[in-house]
Amino acid sequence: MASEAHGESAGLTFHPMDQFIVKPLFGGDTINWYTPTNVTLWMGLTIVVIFLLLVVGTRGRAVIPSRIQSVAELAYGFVYQMVEDVAGKDAIKFFPYIMTLFMFIVFANFLGLLPMSFTTTSHFAVTVVLALAVFITVTVVGFVKNGTKFLGLFWVSSAPLALRPILAIIELISYFVRPVSHFIRLAGNIMAGHAVIKVFAGFAQITAVAPLAVLAITAMYGLEVLVAFIQAYVFTILTCVYLKDALHPSH
Amino acid sequence: MANTANEAAHGAAAAAESAGMPQLDFSTYPNQVFWLVVTIVVIYLILSRIALPRIGSVLAERQGTITNDIAAAEELKLKAQEAEGAYNQALADARVEAQKIIAEAKAEIQADLDAATAEADAQIAAKSAESQKRIDEIRAGALESVTEVAKDTAKEIVAALGQSADARTVTAAVNARLKG
Repeated sequence: MASEAHGESAGLTFHPMDQFIVKPLFGGDTINWYTPTNVTLWMGLTIVVIFLLLVVGTRGRAVIPSRIQSVAELAYGFVYQMVEDVAGKDAIKFFPYIMTLFMFIVFANFLGLLPMSFTTTSHFAVTVVLALAVFITVTVVGFVKNGTKFLGLFWVSSAPLALRPILAIIELISYFVRPVSHFIRLAGNIMAGHAVIKVFAGFAQITAVAPLAVLAITAMYGLEVLVAFIQAYVFTILTCVYLKDALHPSH
Repeated sequence: MANTANEAAHGAAAAAESAGMPQLDFSTYPNQVFWLVVTIVVIYLILSRIALPRIGSVLAERQGTITNDIAAAEELKLKAQEAEGAYNQALADARVEAQKIIAEAKAEIQADLDAATAEADAQIAAKSAESQKRIDEIRAGALESVTEVAKDTAKEIVAALGQSADARTVTAAVNARLKG
């Protein structure tokens, strides 16, 4: 009995983070910047899925759309509406860029939910680049569009004069914290959800709690499906909000 | 347990140096960033060159079709209203026409009726006048016959009583009685 329990606990191994390891696709140990890795594979699959949906799915250009075409149109309308409503009409020229971000994140998240898959958006390296790209774009656009008036974003003219320097410091800090929260939110959510599923999967090795663990995995998976979309949506809508600040810096 | 964790970390360390979090293994960053940039650029090109203009044009075309269809429907509706008006007008005209025809027919019938009534009245009047004349004739005839019968009867009665009477006297007496 004791040995059995011991054997079970020895077999009970948790590797919740192993799913995030970056591995070369074709063997070898060294990972150079150009090495094709599982990152390459799953990002490539993301491209393929987006291509299938938005290009192959709409090849009919039908006035009365097929099912896939209406999904593509729905995605287009969803992001377009978001850009127009949140960031304003003059942000429409950024629509392809924002659509790219949304499609990439949403499909990377959903592909990451496939068993045995690799979730590219769970890596800080990926989300940092996405968030920094948004941050730099927004800052550059803000200065190019408004010149020094863009600094009015930090100078709250509606507040009493004495408070303004303090508010300016707070605004400045919050402005530079934006990309940090932007990238941690996405990667953190995705990583945590996947890790929790793996932990429950580890518990499924114990016969007594296996049914409960499987149930928990199922529930967690449902939640993750939701999170996968919501995080993509949140990332995109925050990008729109920042863009609005850059285009119309007045409070 | 610590041993197991160590082992796990060691297993992970084969590919990732950091214990537990491959996300913090900076040696893989250049690789990920490179492939991410490639991916984003490819997706951006696909979207901005092919997908978005296509979907946009499809949506615009649909919007145009819908607008056209709505305009056509509006036009057809107007036409329908026009047709309804014409129909109602025709109906009203027909009704007026029918009323006129009915009135004419009625007047005609009335005229016919009046003529027939007048004729009938005239015929009846003629017939009754003729009848009156006949009745008068018959009455006059009857009166004459009464005188004759009275004279003859008186003569017979006088003869029966065994007396002869002069015809002229009898007649005069009868006439006097009839008058009286």
